[in-house]
Amino acid sequence: MSTRPAISRPIKGASGKTGSWRVFKPVVDKERCNACGICAMFCPDAAISEDLVVDLDFCKGCGICAHECPKKAISMEREEK
Amino acid sequence: MTEIPKEEFILKCTSACAGCPSTLILRYVLKAAGSDTVLVVPACCTSVIQGIYPNTAVNVPLYNVAFAAAAACASGMSEAFQKAGKKTNVIVYAGDGGTVDIGIQALSGAFERETDFLYICYDNEAYGNTGMQRSGSTPIGARTTTTPGGKVHAKKDLDAIVAAHNPSYLATACAAYPQDLFKKVQKALTLRGSKFIHVLAPCPPGWRFSSEMTVEMGKLAVRSGLWILYESEFGKVTINGPSKAAMIKPVPIEDYLSVQGRFKGIDRKAIDALKSQAEQRAKHLQKEAEGIC
Repeated sequence: MSTRPAISRPIKGASGKTGSWRVFKPVVDKERCNACGICAMFCPDAAISEDLVVDLDFCKGCGICAHECPKKAISMEREEK
Repeated sequence: MTEIPKEEFILKCTSACAGCPSTLILRYVLKAAGSDTVLVVPACCTSVIQGIYPNTAVNVPLYNVAFAAAAACASGMSEAFQKAGKKTNVIVYAGDGGTVDIGIQALSGAFERETDFLYICYDNEAYGNTGMQRSGSTPIGARTTTTPGGKVHAKKDLDAIVAAHNPSYLATACAAYPQDLFKKVQKALTLRGSKFIHVLAPCPPGWRFSSEMTVEMGKLAVRSGLWILYESEFGKVTINGPSKAAMIKPVPIEDYLSVQGRFKGIDRKAIDALKSQAEQRAKHLQKEAEGIC
């Protein structure tokens, strides 16, 4: 009897599109944003890119970006169903 | 400020809870370590958030191992890499249950053998993966599912236990200070021998606060003096900036406790115990930093 080793391969979306968990989504006010990058630094899932665009396919809507933004440029808005 | 690489080793996205500090910490650990790294993960949140088999979100080799065996497994790996002439970083990424309670004998053994590896304990002060049961790392007064009236015993002083093994590097970090964590991991990996980093991970569902407060909670823990950021290189202790500031002018401990559901209804005695422990720890570290003891 042969056993196959349980090896997982790295792939994007290994846990599915976690964006569907979201209740509130982050909306960036470009006028106020000074591109400091603090939101991207603290995003636990690296869902904010270098150009500070939120990847809504994967953003879980935790709201850390909105809470930590020194310019208060990010607001959390209820997801439309 | 050191330049933090843009490359991500955690692919979008793990199945961690929203606002999870564990993935935030792991992001910076892997940024500092680079691609030539093997992670060893005992049973903890990180062993379940990687993704659904046969896929994983972690883009470095990762070995899932039994709860008690992480440091022992890493010892073997490190030895094998050395024999093969490779300089691959071996990093154990374990929760507080797998470090403070169940994994402590393997940890002690590996440090005694001066295994060349880095042990990172991310500490959410309970068994988060199984639904927040009390661990040896849970602070006094905290409610968990197995201590509904608040824990009566104090938090185990893991750093002192590890320090007793005379590791080449020992540091504490916090999820709210990722740059500090990045620098510490980088420094640890340049040294030979056993290295240990203890990272505080404020857990939103476990500590019962809302998910956007993760970073804020980490900052409050440091500013209130309950969590002290320091590093010890071959026994020489340096207290880091944020904690130095907190020692001069701390925010009241109640500010940190009142925002967490797990400390709801905590009595005065427990608060005083927390306070005196923190003060004692700070005094001891200050003396060590000055070279008095």
